[in-house]
Amino acid sequence: MAKIIVVTSGKGGVGKTTTSAAIGTGLAQRGNKTVIIDFDVGLRNLDLIMGCERRVVYDFVNVLQGEASLTQALIKDKRTDNLFILPASQTRDKDALTQEGVQKTLDELAQTFEYIICDSPAGIEKGAQMALYFADQAIIVTNPEVSSVRDSDRILGILQSKSLRAETGGEPVQEHLLLTRYNPTRVAAGEMLSVEDVEDILAIPLLGVIPESESVLKASNQGTPVILDEDAEAGQAYDDAVERLLGNEKPHRFLDVKKTSFFKRLLGGKT
Amino acid sequence: MSIFRYFRRTKSSTSANTARDRLQVIVAHERSQRKQPDFLPRMQQEILDVIKKYINISQEQISVQLDDSDDCSVLELNITLPEDLAQSSAK
Repeated sequence: MAKIIVVTSGKGGVGKTTTSAAIGTGLAQRGNKTVIIDFDVGLRNLDLIMGCERRVVYDFVNVLQGEASLTQALIKDKRTDNLFILPASQTRDKDALTQEGVQKTLDELAQTFEYIICDSPAGIEKGAQMALYFADQAIIVTNPEVSSVRDSDRILGILQSKSLRAETGGEPVQEHLLLTRYNPTRVAAGEMLSVEDVEDILAIPLLGVIPESESVLKASNQGTPVILDEDAEAGQAYDDAVERLLGNEKPHRFLDVKKTSFFKRLLGGKT
Repeated sequence: MSIFRYFRRTKSSTSANTARDRLQVIVAHERSQRKQPDFLPRMQQEILDVIKKYINISQEQISVQLDDSDDCSVLELNITLPEDLAQSSAK
């Protein structure tokens, strides 16, 4: 049985696509046949983050409208075995996504894939609702910042009322909190919400904390999922999150301020 | 972190704490609204219309609230009546 995982947040710019790329790659690295679908019709970006933007011929909307087959539209990742990308259309609008069409495509993908990652657009409009409707699990990407936390709570409300599982009275969608752009130094200084604060407010289980890191921008510049950067803390944190998603226990890392010398702190050096 | 900030740090009045407190309030408020059934605003309007037939009151003088506790729900209807009830009766 394929598992459908939506990566969503409500607010834009918090790291949904970065997370979809990283988690999808991590699952595929471990031998699971995985496809990542870009649901952001009109504003596709997963292809850029995955570094396959020049290999897009057909897209998700072409498949929905019968203009191309899934095999034609799926892009095989060149770096990671078992990983495929289904890009969004850049020219159509969100109305191209119909519930029947999306269901048919997901059913077809479920026959060959073990994990289907749905990269949701920002907002709570049709694109976002379609991305989460068929989900078995949801990764709620949140920044430690007021508007992001509030929007995440809003998306949780939609998952709990407007998903297929909610409407049919099935088992609720399994929710995971992924806190991104976390800066332990600012948390210690009382300038940023702590992971405990966000967990307390949203009241869903914590999948992982991704530290704010220069390597995330570097990875997107290069079109490489950050999880492949094994030296980067952000890459390692995503790797831990994938392990937890698969049910393995991993202690959380990078939550505390890195130790710097007393003199560095005294001089106000950047920590 | 400079030497000044190192000593100035106080636990309760940080901006992160303000953020947490504000979020707790707004999220709790929005969750309670989410749980309300769709018909509540319409019912509220109809109750108001009935009362308006007899007494001159405005929208602000009536509040309808639904409280969900573990095993029962309480529908609370709160109407602030004008001081002189007889004179303010609607024609």
